[in-house]
Amino acid sequence: MSSGQPDTDFGQAEADGGVPAEADAGVPAEDRARPGKNRADQPAATRPNRYRWLDVDRLADDPRTRVIVCCGSGGVGKTTVAAAVGLRAAERGRHVVVLTVDPARRLAQSMGLTTLDNTPRPVQGADTTAGGSLHAMMLDMKRTFDEIVEAHSDPDRATQILANPFYQSLSSSFAGTQEYMAMEKLGQLRRAEEWDLIVVDTPPSRNALDFLDAPQRLGRFLDGRLIRILTGSAKVGGRAYLRVLNTGFSIITGVLTRVLGAQVLKDVQTFVTALDTMFGGFRERADSTYRLLQTPGTAFLVIAAPEPDALREASYFVERLSRDRMPLAGLIVNRVHRARAARMSAARSLAAAETLQNGNGEGGPPSGASAARYPLAEAALRLHAERMLLATRERRLAEHFVAAHPAVPVAEIPARPEDVHDLDGLREIGMSLADEDSPA
Amino acid sequence: MRLHVVTGKGGTGKTTVAAALALALASDGRKVLLMEVEGRQGIAQLFDCPPLPYGERKVAVGPATGPLAGGDVYALAVDPEEAFLEYLAMFYNLRHAGTALNRLGVVDFVTTLAPGLRDVLLTGKAAEAVRRRKGRRHVYDAVVMDAPPTGRIGRFLNVAAEVSGLARVGPIRGHADTVQSVIRSPQTAVHFVTVLEEMPVQETLDGVAELRDDAHGGLQVGGIMINMMRTPMLSQAELTAARNGTLDTAELAMGLKAAGIEDSRSLARDLAADLAEHARAMELQRSERRRLAAAGQPRYNLPLIPDGMDLAGLYRLAEELREQRAA
Ligand SMILES: Nc1ncnc2c1ncn2[C@@H]1O[C@H](COP(=O)(O)OP(=O)(O)OP(=O)(O)O)[C@@H](O)[C@H]1O
Ligand SMILES: Nc1ncnc2c1ncn2[C@@H]1O[C@H](COP(=O)(O)OP(=O)(O)OP(=O)(O)O)[C@@H](O)[C@H]1O
Ligand SMILES: [Mg+2]
Ligand SMILES: [Mg+2]
Repeated sequence: MSSGQPDTDFGQAEADGGVPAEADAGVPAEDRARPGKNRADQPAATRPNRYRWLDVDRLADDPRTRVIVCCGSGGVGKTTVAAAVGLRAAERGRHVVVLTVDPARRLAQSMGLTTLDNTPRPVQGADTTAGGSLHAMMLDMKRTFDEIVEAHSDPDRATQILANPFYQSLSSSFAGTQEYMAMEKLGQLRRAEEWDLIVVDTPPSRNALDFLDAPQRLGRFLDGRLIRILTGSAKVGGRAYLRVLNTGFSIITGVLTRVLGAQVLKDVQTFVTALDTMFGGFRERADSTYRLLQTPGTAFLVIAAPEPDALREASYFVERLSRDRMPLAGLIVNRVHRARAARMSAARSLAAAETLQNGNGEGGPPSGASAARYPLAEAALRLHAERMLLATRERRLAEHFVAAHPAVPVAEIPARPEDVHDLDGLREIGMSLADEDSPA
Repeated sequence: MRLHVVTGKGGTGKTTVAAALALALASDGRKVLLMEVEGRQGIAQLFDCPPLPYGERKVAVGPATGPLAGGDVYALAVDPEEAFLEYLAMFYNLRHAGTALNRLGVVDFVTTLAPGLRDVLLTGKAAEAVRRRKGRRHVYDAVVMDAPPTGRIGRFLNVAAEVSGLARVGPIRGHADTVQSVIRSPQTAVHFVTVLEEMPVQETLDGVAELRDDAHGGLQVGGIMINMMRTPMLSQAELTAARNGTLDTAELAMGLKAAGIEDSRSLARDLAADLAEHARAMELQRSERRRLAAAGQPRYNLPLIPDGMDLAGLYRLAEELREQRAA
């Protein structure tokens, strides 16, 4: 788990909440409290000791924060948190665009995202009285790719590329295309300067690091030695190198023709040749977006579920961000379970349930009678014990993370009994993020 | 049924359920191959053994049933490059050339450009294992595949169509057609693992519809494995009351008091709120179950193993699958 590097290396994690310490100077206290504290009737706090609280409001309110990237492993709540943070920031006065990838259908509908058209649309129902605004869009990966091709080649060549079966396969299913295109779109939105805060959701990949690695993998791939062999554009090096290449080339073409058929090989070659002119452009774009992510205006929120796999991924990601000097704002543990009556331990609760089950309770039937007198209380006690055990397990997992990364601020979002699929649900998520005592 | 393909939304328990199903199928002396295709070594992790090499390894023995000893479960982590070498050797006698190609990164290149080609290598390996014989008998009585998630399963299994977009004729096309015929045979079924939450259930319903669609014609949908099910702590009437906030908190407080708990009134309030949340969760579980019923496929219920998954938990799930006749 150790990165071999002290956590104090985090670019911005050292400063509070990923923004410079004087950040809240310009934000009046009453503004920071808007749109309201958490409801009082939620379960009592039982959170890891000694960790720094991640103040998402302070981060999102700071005008210097221009990009917030929500990342984490599959299914942990990236899309939900991105939408909730975007909505909250907009309702607190910022001009926000949320870039989502593959949102759940009902959530998309509630944000007015009914078509995949790659353009930000205003979100109806966001409260704009604080002077902010909210737009949202869904990433259309293939279309974004097509647009890059069109922008980087003359019309004839573009047509040729777009029609090639290998391009079609690559643009719709290359593992990494989605990540690359999300980055590309982010770069475009940022350059457009139309919004003062861009909240980015990252593609559903199993591995949180994919988002950082995939764009360069695609760039490397398109720029690779093999592609140059296939296009015959490897002109460097001495004779010996050429000879190797030539032998390589004839083996490759020989076998591939035999296995795949001559047509397939020809398609690959046409595709690769047609793309040849764009390689430089691809790489440059990937690199420049990567650099954009390293600038201080960007903040990464790492999302995790309180489960071993997700937190392990979060750990890797945090270490990687630190190594690459990416501005980490903090960790959000989503879908945390808490028991309301944390004052009663699981053991005590179970013991009480056993007492009732055995009919040994005061005023109950004589010892040994089979019928329990208080089935409701017994069930409630067992449920409580179960919740306490779950809460304890989750807390322990979070504590492990905190112990390994003491400088990383942490916030928590309670598990809601149901999915989040409307603005009200997003607002509540936003509220619990804003409350240091949440889930409380 | 000889080939069981297990899919589902990410994280719902595909690997776990595929392993449990393999154990269940191995329960009366039958030999089963459990294979994974995504290079994650999930099987090794689950059975707590070192990473699987590209080779079939015995990882477990199925539960004994009566006088019959349990059968062997073998495991295999398929890797596209190795599968490609095997394919070249088997069909073209070209293993050496294949090794050279790998060194140049050709396989990686081609399968990256065209995932359909990678998929046909992976499904091709499953088809080969299903058909493999020793003498006149099949080597494996059943093959269970821990497959890609629902979002990719249609393309993954529709190899012939995916490949034909790239190769209209030629040897690879012929190979894809053979693989396809195994996948579409009545001996193959695709099972969906889900949990009772909205998104996984929706993905399951969409996935079932997609596989049933004409474009995938002939793909047989098997069971829906409902994983990590929680049992209600209250009767239906109490659940309804808890849900509506009409639970008898006085009775609850009395019970707590009887159990020797002080401060029973305020505790009762907190516990009633927990119960209301529990009731809500159970209600959602029920409505998701109803939605799944609409798919019209057999459903199997697998409990949440409370203290995390281990070998004992895996055998418990296998037992459930046996009892519910999924295997
Ligand atoms: N705090 C929460 N309480 C209850 N449900 C939640 C919570 N957060 C997210 N969810 C639900 O969990 C599911 C997964 O969330 P979401 O789609 O945001 O995850 P993701 O990380 O974007 O997933 P993917 O990796 O597939 O893109 C959704 O159905 C969402 O409504
Ligand atoms: N019935 C169960 N009870 C308790 N825990 C379970 C159960 N089934 C699966 N799990 C746990 O849930 C997690 C996800 O399971 P698993 O890895 O099998 O899912 P998966 O669908 O294969 O995930 P992925 O999409 O990442 O491949 C694991 O930690 C596993 O131990
Ligand atoms: Mg998502
Ligand atoms: Mg798995």
